[in-house]
Order: sequence, then structure tokens, then C-alpha cells
Amino acid sequence: MFRYIVRRLLQMVLTFFGATFLVFALTFANQDDPIQALAGERPITENLRQTLMERYHLDEPFLVQYWYYMKGLLTGDFGTSLTGRKIIDMMETAWPITIKLGLMAIIIAATIAVTAGVISGIRRGSIFDNATLVVTLIILSLPIVVLAPLAQLVFGIQLKWFPPTATVNASLFDLLLPALVLGSLVIATELRVTRSAVAENLRSDYVRTARAKGLSRKRVIGVHVLRNSLIPVVTLIGVDIGGLMSGAIVTERIFNVPGVGFNLARGIGTEDGPLVVGFVSILVIIFLVVNLLVDLLYAALDPRIRYE
Amino acid sequence: MSDINAVTSAAGPSTQPQMEPKHAGRGKKDKPRSLAADAWADLRRNKIFWVSSILVLIILAMALFPTLFTSADPRDCVLSRQHAGASGSALFGYDFQGCDVYAKTIYGARNSIEVGVVATLLSGVIGLIFGLSTGYFGGWVDAVLSRFIDIILGVPFLLGAIVLAKRFAQDPESNGVLAVTVTLGILGWTTAARIMRSSVITAKNQDYVAAARMLGAGPGRLMLKHILPNSIAPFIVVLTILLGTNIASEATLSFLGVGLKGDAISWGISIAEAGANARTAPEPLVWPSVFLAVTVLAFIMLGDAVRDAFDPKLR
Repeated sequence: MFRYIVRRLLQMVLTFFGATFLVFALTFANQDDPIQALAGERPITENLRQTLMERYHLDEPFLVQYWYYMKGLLTGDFGTSLTGRKIIDMMETAWPITIKLGLMAIIIAATIAVTAGVISGIRRGSIFDNATLVVTLIILSLPIVVLAPLAQLVFGIQLKWFPPTATVNASLFDLLLPALVLGSLVIATELRVTRSAVAENLRSDYVRTARAKGLSRKRVIGVHVLRNSLIPVVTLIGVDIGGLMSGAIVTERIFNVPGVGFNLARGIGTEDGPLVVGFVSILVIIFLVVNLLVDLLYAALDPRIRYE
Repeated sequence: MSDINAVTSAAGPSTQPQMEPKHAGRGKKDKPRSLAADAWADLRRNKIFWVSSILVLIILAMALFPTLFTSADPRDCVLSRQHAGASGSALFGYDFQGCDVYAKTIYGARNSIEVGVVATLLSGVIGLIFGLSTGYFGGWVDAVLSRFIDIILGVPFLLGAIVLAKRFAQDPESNGVLAVTVTLGILGWTTAARIMRSSVITAKNQDYVAAARMLGAGPGRLMLKHILPNSIAPFIVVLTILLGTNIASEATLSFLGVGLKGDAISWGISIAEAGANARTAPEPLVWPSVFLAVTVLAFIMLGDAVRDAFDPKLR
């Protein structure tokens, strides 16, 4: 187990540097004159240019620039965005609301998916089962750019069930509609996986044994089948984090939730390189850590899985 | 559909020995069928396959010949008819700029399909080369390329796509079609390559490959004539589903302002533009959304049906 964690951590370090380097290089390499961009239309003296070049290490090779950036990033210094705000301050206001939104989406999606998945797994071929299959297929094919504006239009503006936008101090209710939209990204796959896992486990030997012992149906399904069926679902949640991040960019922009995705979308629009690279780097770290945690959780849930 | 059959029917001779006992057991008619023929027989009975194929054909017709569906010009916008309601001449009414929503929606199909198909083909070529070589050669080639795929998958898809699309879209004159296509093509091949790699590893240990090698076939012939035809089915299926996701991704990127731009017509741009005025005029928002959703649905259903037909475990 220990050796496995160490190996995974080493791989993670490699992936992290590779991924951040890609993002850094794509954003900053071969850009037009950044000093002129800083000054806008005004002419810039040779002296000032020289000073700025040295201050921002623009005269050094590209890899060295990346090294300086990484040094700052790992010591918590993300630099300033083009608007002059410290990026770390922006993160402090943006992260809590996105984490709240993301957790709500994950919890809502997992609750609905597991409940409906268990029911359709038990009653395969029933009307409920077929209906959920059709509904999941439709949800699966609704891109979030379609779902989010339509949900806002129907439930936020026309029916007025939910507030159509959220603010910095959004309550849980304000975030409910965006969370539902975001959760729908992952609900379909989770539901289908639960369904097939339940259907498969119901036929297994230990279920027959449990029934033969005279355990109630409730206990067999609620404890024996459910625990074994949750393993693939838990892995899926880890994989889905990446999808949720992508979805958050669109959802937060449409519902005006001032979180990470909102800032990122704005940073992209205003060509704010430092902001984009800073936020993306943190997202990559979270993505990698969550996936490692999920792999470890996998072993905790199923004692048969051993990592060498 | 036809290309799947064309590609996999080449697998006929070498898959037959494996398939024969199965068909004998099933009590089918006289001659043994190849995997592709078997899958086709399965598909023909599948209603979802027919529904999605018809939808795909309609969408393709819209992309190729938009004038069949509308005679209005999507770029003929008159501000005085801003948000005018539906009428006989404009089925879905007019948008904020006074453009015909129906015509714009029909013409939007072309860019979506073009970007989706070309990006998928690009991913397919990259994925095929990488998957085939890593699976066949193994060793350090495999190790290096697998790490490389890990790095690409380490960046969440849309984040990578945004950064990449911005990078490619430096030319202010272009409408962004090429930039988006290349972006999606470059990011989309990883899953396809992994699938290809694993099915190549399965195929290369089969007896017929050993037999061909003993007969003196070189690596090139082994890969192209023996392993490739027998391992391509799951790869094609992944690509079909990727086509649907690519179309959705194009709309998402265009929506965020890093995809198509300028005078390009795209469902993503239409959705982004109509969102601000949805309170007063919902129609310009609703119709492109519906068309986009149906297109993605059609391709995903088609991929689903093809996968069910080609995956023997699911039968």
C-alpha cells in the first residue's frame, strides 16, 4: 500500500509539471510584446522596457520563466491579474462558493442516481427502469450550454421557482438550480453504473446466502448489495470531478455565480493570462489529488482490492 | 455506417474461425458470418439505430444543402424586425439583431458537423497511430506515450480546450473553424488511443498472429493486415460517440467566446447571444438549443447502438 502511494505521488508530480507546463507554455509562449500590452497605446522608453524585462524575467529563457512561476505558485504567490488584483485574493472569494456548488451537485447527483439506480436495478425491465433509461439517454446528450440556459429560462424566469442568478453570499437555495444543472452532467452515468452493478450483484452467491440465512429483503439490498454496488459509483465520482470543473465554467457564467469558473471564463474573455494559468494550475492539482484519494478509497471499500 | 462495415468486413477471413462455433450453437443458417455481418444483422433489428440514422441523415442534409430547408438568408438581418414573432416567412421569429432564427439554425448545422467530423477524423488518425504502435511495440514506447496521455488527461478537457483554442485563434481575420477543429482533434484522441492499445494487445497474442509471424510476415504486414482489422471495432465505436461530444464541445467553446467567431454561424454563438434577452424573447434561445441537443442525441444514440452490436459480451 505504502509503495503504491509513493509511486502514485511520483507519477502525480510528473503529470502536474507536465500539465502546468503545457498550460503555461500555451498561454505565455510567443506572445506579442507583453510590455507594450501593459502600457497600452502609450509609447514606452527603452529604459523602462529594460527594467520591466528584467523585473518579469522576460529576458531569460522560457524554461527559466516557468521555473520562476512554479516557485511562486508553490510558495503561494500567484502574482497579480491584469486588473491589478492579487490572484490569491480572488481565489479566496471564488473557491468557497465553487466548492459549495460542486459539493451540492455531487451530493444531489449521487443521491438521485443511487436511489433510482437501485430501484431500476431491482426491477429490471419495468416501466420505471425503461423510463429512467430513456431519461438518462436524454440527459446524457444535453450539453450543458443547452441545459443551463434552458433551465434558467424555464425554472428561473418563467416559472420563478428559483432565483435565476446567484451572488457572492448565495444561500444554499440560490445555488440549488445551478447545482441541479451541474449535477445532471454526471447523474446519467452514475445511475446507469449503479443499475448494472445492482443487477449483477443481485445474482451473486453472497446474496443467495444472505437470503438463505433468512435476512430480510431490506437488509440484503440495503447492506449487502448496496455496499458492493457503490464501489464503481465512487470511482466515477472521482473521474467526474474533471467534468464538473468544465461544467462549472459554463454554469457559473450563465447563473452569474462568482466562483472559480466565473473568474476563469472572465479571464479568458479579457485575455488575462496570469489569472487563467493560476486558476487552471490549482484545478489540475485538485483533479490529481481527488483521483488519488478515490483510488485509495476504492481499496478501503473493497478489501479484496490490494495495491502492491 | 457504411465505413464501419467496410473496415470491419476486412476482418472477415480471420475472425471467422473464432465466430464459427458460436453461430453453430445459435443455429443460424448455412454459412458463418463475420463480426461485421453479425453486427449488421443486430443493428437492422434495432429501432434506436434506425431512428438515430434517420436523424443523422436529416442533419447531414441540413449541413450539406441548407437551401433545401430554407430560402431565407441567415445574414440578412434588419434591426427593425428585432424580436418579431413567428410568421409564415420566419418560422421561429427573429432574434435581437433581426435575423431569421430558423434560417440561422439551419445554417448552423454546417459548422457543427464540419468541426465535429473533421476533429473526430483528426483524433482518429492520431489515436490509431499512437494506439497501434504502443500496443504493438510495448516497452519504452508504450511507457513514454502512456505518461504523455496521462499528462493530457491531467488537464480537465474544457480547460485545455479553452487554452488551446485561444492559442490557435490568434489570427483576427479567421472565423475560428480551423482553430476549434484542431483543438478538439488534438485533445480528443487519448481515449481512442487507449481503447485501440488495449484491443491491439489482446489481438497480438492471438494464434493467427503467431501463425502469420511464423509464415514470415513483417511487423508492418502483421499490424495492418492482421491486428488492425481485428481490433478496430471498439475504436470505431469510441469515435462515433466522440463525434457527438465534439459537436457539443464546439458549441460550448463558441458559447464561451473562444470557438467560432466573426460572421460564422454557430448554435453555440446563437445560444450565447440569445441568453441575455431570454426574458423577453425566448425563441432565439430555445431553437438552436433544441437542434444542438437533438444532433448530439442522434450521434450518441447511433454510437450506443453500434457499440451494442459490436460488443459480443452485451448480446
